[in-house]
Formats: sequence, C-alpha cells, structure tokens
Amino acid sequence: MAISDVKEYTHLTEDEVEQIGRELDKIRQEIEESRGADDAAYINRLIKIQRALATAGRVTLLVGTQFKETRKPAWALGAGLLGLHKILENMEIGHNVMHGQWDWMNDPEIHSSNWEWDTAQPAEQWKHSHNYIHHQFTNVLGYDNDIGYGILRMAREQKWSPYNLGQPIYNQLLATFFEWGVALHDLDIERIRKGEKDPKEMKRQLKQIFRKGRNQVLKDYVVYPALAGKQWKTVLTANVAANITRNLWAYMIIFCGHFPDGAVHFTEEEIEDETRSEWYLRQILGSANFEGSRTLHILSGSLGYQIEHHIFPDLPSNRYPEISEKVRELAAKYDIPYTTGPLYRQYGQALRTIMKLSLPNSWTSSDQPEPPTPPRDRKRRGDDERPSRRTELGGWSRSHSEARG
Amino acid sequence: MASTIPWERVRRAGSKLTTPLHPDDYLRLVNPLWSSRELRGRIEKVVRETDDAATLVIRPGWGWRYDHKPGQYVGIGIQVEGKFQWRSYSVSSPPQRKRGTITITVRAMPEGKLSSHLVNGLEPGTIVRLALPEGDFVLPDPPPPRILFLVGGSGVTPVMAMLRTLDRRGSMPDVVMHYSSPTEDRMIFREELDRLEAKHDGLTLHRLQTDVDGMLDLADLDQICPDWKDRETYACGPGPMLDAITEHFEKHDLEEHLHLERFSLELGGDGGEGGTITFQNSGKTVEADGATTVLEAGEEAGVGMPYGCRMGICHTCTLTLISGKVRDLRNGDEYGNPNEPVQTCVTAAVGDCTLDI
Repeated sequence: MAISDVKEYTHLTEDEVEQIGRELDKIRQEIEESRGADDAAYINRLIKIQRALATAGRVTLLVGTQFKETRKPAWALGAGLLGLHKILENMEIGHNVMHGQWDWMNDPEIHSSNWEWDTAQPAEQWKHSHNYIHHQFTNVLGYDNDIGYGILRMAREQKWSPYNLGQPIYNQLLATFFEWGVALHDLDIERIRKGEKDPKEMKRQLKQIFRKGRNQVLKDYVVYPALAGKQWKTVLTANVAANITRNLWAYMIIFCGHFPDGAVHFTEEEIEDETRSEWYLRQILGSANFEGSRTLHILSGSLGYQIEHHIFPDLPSNRYPEISEKVRELAAKYDIPYTTGPLYRQYGQALRTIMKLSLPNSWTSSDQPEPPTPPRDRKRRGDDERPSRRTELGGWSRSHSEARG
Repeated sequence: MASTIPWERVRRAGSKLTTPLHPDDYLRLVNPLWSSRELRGRIEKVVRETDDAATLVIRPGWGWRYDHKPGQYVGIGIQVEGKFQWRSYSVSSPPQRKRGTITITVRAMPEGKLSSHLVNGLEPGTIVRLALPEGDFVLPDPPPPRILFLVGGSGVTPVMAMLRTLDRRGSMPDVVMHYSSPTEDRMIFREELDRLEAKHDGLTLHRLQTDVDGMLDLADLDQICPDWKDRETYACGPGPMLDAITEHFEKHDLEEHLHLERFSLELGGDGGEGGTITFQNSGKTVEADGATTVLEAGEEAGVGMPYGCRMGICHTCTLTLISGKVRDLRNGDEYGNPNEPVQTCVTAAVGDCTLDI
C-alpha cells in the first residue's frame, strides 16, 4: 500500500500523483532560480532587528530598573523586548537558517552548518531530531518522534495508559518549559527507558546539552542579573518572563503544525517505496497551516505555512506566501485537502485532542482521520532502522565520529 | 597601544553576555569592520589605473594582521545577487600596519563578470569579505642580490608589491624587469614604475608593447639581460607565457632559480585513484575518477555543495571527511584522518570516501 491508497487521494491516478510531483518540483525550481539580493536583504534585516531588540531589552533592564520610578515599566518593556528577540531568533531566524534556507548565500555567518540558536538545545541535535526525524518521517507512527514528543498521546493509534490521565498537566508543563523539553528531545527518552539507546551516544549528547544549557542559564539567570547589582531580582524575573513568553508562544505555534483536525497520521506501510511525489503528498496531508497577518507569520517563524514548509523546508521563508498561493491552486486543481484556519481554532483543536486523548479511546469520539493502515508495532526506530536522509531537509553534521544509536 | 591579549580577554568575557553568538556578531551592526568572525574590509577608494584596470584601496577590519609577504595574494568575497563570490588577487601594497589599508589591483577580464564588477561597479564604502594572504610567490628577506622579473599584463601586481617593499626598505638590489603589455595605455603602474626607475640606479626596466612588437621571444633574453642565468627570476603573467618561460629555464637546467605565480588553479600533483564518493546526509553517491575534484563530483551528483573561489584559497568549500582518503591535487598531500576537514575544490578521492553533507 502506498500513499496514493490513502482515502483522501484514491481519486488520483498514478500519473496524476507524478504530475503533482512535477508541478511542485517546478515551483521549487522557480524559487531557486529567483533567489537573490532581496532575499538576502530580508534575512540580514531581520537579524539586525532581532539583535537590536536583544540589545534594547538588555539595556532597558540594566538601566531602567536602577530608578524607582522607571522600574516597573522597564521590567515590562525589557521582558517584552527580550521575549520578542528570542521568538524571532528561535523561529524565523534560527529554525529556518538551520534548515539551510539561506545556505545558497554562501555566507558562513548565516549557514546551517554552524548556526547556534538562543535556546538550550544544541543546534546539532535539533538538526537531527527535527530536520531529519520529523521532516522526513512526518506523522508516521513509530518514526516521527514529534507526535506528542514522547510526552503526550496525540494519536488515537498510540496506546492509552493511565499515565495519560495527567496529560492536561504535562501539557501545561511542556508549554511553560518548552525550551527544556526541546533540549531533551533528541535524547529520545522513550528509547533510553527501553534500553535501546547507545550509552556512548547518550553521554555525548548529554554533555552537549549540559554545555549549551549552562551557557544559556548563566547568561539569563546569573550574569545579567549580577550586572544589575541591587536590582538583580528584577532583572532575573524579567529574564524568566521573557523565556517563558517565548516558550509559550513557540509551543502554541508548533502545536498548530500537525495536531489540528485534518492532519493525518501514517504508518510504516505508506513510506515503503515512497516516491518523491508521494512524499510531497504525505507532507501536504500531514500538515496544517494557519491564517494571519504578515507580522504574525514572521513571529511564527513562517510556520503558519507549515504545508509549504514541509514540502520545501530549505527554501527561504520569506517566499512561502507566494509559494502558498501556488500550492493552494494545485490542491484545488487536484482536489487535495489543504488544512488551514485561524490560529485560535487550530490551537483549540490541538488542545481538545490533548484533553480527549488523555482518556481511553472508547470514552471519546474521534476528530481525526484514521490512518490508512493500522500500525504494525509501537516500537520507536533508531537511525539504523530508518531510510536514509533526504537532501532538502537541511544538512546535519555531528561533532564526533561515534555512530548514533 | 595595549597588547592584544587583554582585548581578546574582554571579548571572551563579553561572549558570556552574547552566547551563543560572539560579541562581534552585535558589534558589526554598529561598525561593519568590528568583527573578526569572517574577515571584512571596506572599500575606501577605487583608483583607475588604465581603461580596464583599477586599484582597490581596502581598509581591513578586526582580525587582519598586515603581515603579508610581498607577492602574496588575498581572497576577496563580494555579495552579488545575494550570494558571496570569491576571487583572489595579489596584494600590490607593501606590508605596513600603520597605513591601515591594503591595495589590490584588478583587471576586468572579458567574460569576467566579477572582475568587471570590481573594476567598474564597486562604490567606496562597500563592505567585502577577505581571506588571509597566501601564496609562495614571495621575495625572501633579505632579497637575492640579482633579480629578474618577467611580467605580463596584470601579472605586474605581485611584482609591484615586491618593488614597493624594496623601495620602502631602501634595499633595491640589482633588478631587471621585463614588462609586456598589449599597449602602453594598458600598462598598469607605468608612471610609478617610471618614478622608481629614475630613483633607483639598480632598477632597469624593459617595456614591450606586444600589440606592436609581438610577444617576448625568450631567445632575446640573452640581449635584454645577458646575465639572466645568474639571477633569481620571478615570473607572473598569462599561462602560455609562463609555460614558455618554464620550458626555457628547464632547457638551461635553471628551474631552481625560477619562481612562478599563476592566476589559475594548477592541479600539478598526481591525481587520486578515484572511487565512490558518498555524501552521507544527502544519501547520494557518485563515481569519480582521480582527476575530478570532490566538489565537482558532488555538484554532478546534485548535492548542494558549498563553494567559493574554487581554487583552494577561501576555504568556503571545506567539508568534513568522515571516512576514506582524498588527495590534494595541488601538491599530492593526502588527508584521511576520521572527521578531517578537507577543501573539496582541490581534492580528489583516493578510493571510496564519505563526506558529511
């Protein structure tokens, strides 16, 4: 069984599937050929704005908190500026740079191979867990560790256990401390628990996370507060607020990507002998967009164009709006579902699924399309059990030579 | 001026505030030259030398060491249509820190889009990327007592750096220079050379307009410079000219006294054996023979290979070699340690190898 047997696609002939693939390839080619000075200016301008926000936030907090009359507004303004800086840096800049969206500029300062982002997770681990595991195996049960992140039950096909009753609480904790959840994500706690993880690789990853996390914690919670002298507490709480703001926002946007109604889960059978066109179709069917203004999209790291991002993860994010128009036309032409809606509705659906799936399936009704075939087993795969990596997902390099478990 | 060590320490301490970025990543937004992450320079002046050549006066930013040897070249990277393109040019200024600038002289080549842009399209104030000086075409210190320069066209630039250094140090030895150029108008630095010749008794210049008088016949060297066999010879110019000179010196068994600068990559070393190159992250493989660079092989396989100058200078193309062995086509050096960074534009596979991209 292939993706074209999925009921949303059964009306398509094999030729039509290949034709869709060719049309998408053509969109990619058009964008690649027209990348130029304007695109370079976009990312450079954004980086400038983000670094200016960071500087303004730090200075506001250090100086503004020293005087009694400005303390409160400085706290709020400083935390806001810092939060905004972190949101921009993590989402529209870091996430997209690490996908290799700007590698074509040949600028080592804005390149996926050495970008490090302002969050606890080491870039190298993100490029493995996200670019490869999540983007290549999007929504495939047992393969895509982003289905609930090993913490939440997000698909009815995932087995229920009494542990899931706590989902509303885990969800709240995950949202608040999202940075740290992400930091631990590539460790794959589930595989560690089952003793399937190579201990050597685990140690290497833990060391990397510790080093990165320590620098982040020192900066936000020790060095900057210390510089504020007597006002260390004000700066500390503002920095905590900025980080949590970023955490909540990033969490919400990311949960709108694959958890709203309409995003389909798949099983191993659909990725067997999957062609490029079928991979495209799986990305379209497994992702969900949301609507909003240009500002909202930039603040969301262009993840409101989740569908376009999943078909073309390495094309510059500022081009997603125009790509989206073409993809929508294509979806309409071939009668393919294209999931989108306002942000509140998309997140609302994701939240409802979290609540519902904390209970056994028999107690609730399904809002999700059934996966085309029942899952074979519930085992999580290691890299040696996965098909090899696709190029368009962005590069990945490991700082040491040991094999990954 | 304070020693550089405390300054480095200040920046390291500053990185606690800017982690995961470097303070330079913020400072360059204040002044583009305040960053040593990638070497930068600002174009201060574009001085027209001839109709088709110009000298760029560049003020390098942080991290530049002003310690180039006269005759060496630097890489210069310019963002064209959003994409950095790299070329290398000889530094024509002598090594001097107090000037705070370096100069390179560029001739616009027909079909050479980038060189034309450098000569005609570059505004003062433009920020360019730089790569540190490299090259073995250098004058030893102290200089040899008797020197012959054989120069063709824009090959004059590294020789100019040598002459200026000799002039500045007041150590001009016995120098004969033969300078070929298509016409007098196209002769870069001709006025400065006139001045230098008038100033130094030791410097003798022979000028040849090849459009009028034809190319230099090396048999004429015996008349132009009767003691050429007793001199250290430095030659720089177009490939065919250098080939002829090499042949001539080999015939007289004098190649040890000949020093050459070619402005194109010369892959002189033996090729590799070739093999299957695997690009790990993209999952692509390609068969490559021992004369095909890893970069070319990767591009052929459709891997998005990073590249810059394509001649082993700018290191933009460097990738990690996970396993296997590659050979540097310039000199035959082999690289085969696990996870060794290799320059893909000048290396070829020696047996099967795997790269991290």
